[in-house]
Amino acid sequence: MKVTELLDKKIFAVVNEGYDNDIEISKPFCCDLLSFAMGRAPKGAAWVTVMGNVNTIAVAELADIACVVLAEGAHLDDVAMSKAKENGICVLSTDEPIFEAAEKIMRLL
Amino acid sequence: MENDALELDFEVDGNDYQRAGEASSRVKTTLKEVGMPAELIKRVAIAMYEGEINMVIHADSGVAKVFIKPDGVEVVLKDVGKGIPDVEKAMQEGFSTASDDAIELGFGAGMGLPNMKKHSDEMVIDTEVGVGTTVTMKFFTKE
Repeated sequence: MKVTELLDKKIFAVVNEGYDNDIEISKPFCCDLLSFAMGRAPKGAAWVTVMGNVNTIAVAELADIACVVLAEGAHLDDVAMSKAKENGICVLSTDEPIFEAAEKIMRLL
Repeated sequence: MENDALELDFEVDGNDYQRAGEASSRVKTTLKEVGMPAELIKRVAIAMYEGEINMVIHADSGVAKVFIKPDGVEVVLKDVGKGIPDVEKAMQEGFSTASDDAIELGFGAGMGLPNMKKHSDEMVIDTEVGVGTTVTMKFFTKE
């Protein structure tokens, strides 16, 4: 499933639409520790996290993450939003817990 | 590797978490532009970002130098700061001396240096307590 197809499902709110949503989602990946995500997130992951700071966006860009899904009602701070727009990172959000959000993505793959 | 290499230089500020990753991001873009293999680009991006973050968390200031050649990339991260008292311990996954500020932002998992080692082909740490640390990483294109 591509990011654009996930957007079309409308199961998550769109915080920032990325530049390139034609990327294939490899799998959901759940982690709030940025160095773990940096080193272990698979390419094309839909990264589900509650960390909405600017470093999350930096990691998403550098680790070739397909999209970030902010769970538990977490939101991007202003600096992170600005960087997400600048770098074209797709960011979605949901009030659901991390596991449930990841499970929804998994079911669609 | 320095001779005939394309060189990129960056300054890294200690404690500036908002700009952390900018140098790595620019290096990633440049490596894409010069046609480096995707697997090498990802390894360089991850290891260099971890190095940048280490400088932001632990050092007062630093410079990053990147040398790009057809057969690979060398990244030299030189900081002025407190240095690493026990390198062997610092290389253990899970060991961290990160501040509470860093932990609140999602860092401090004790994965920085291990990630750098894992994703580079060669890594050398030269450190002096109270002076600073220089980490040199080399990445080679795989045949």
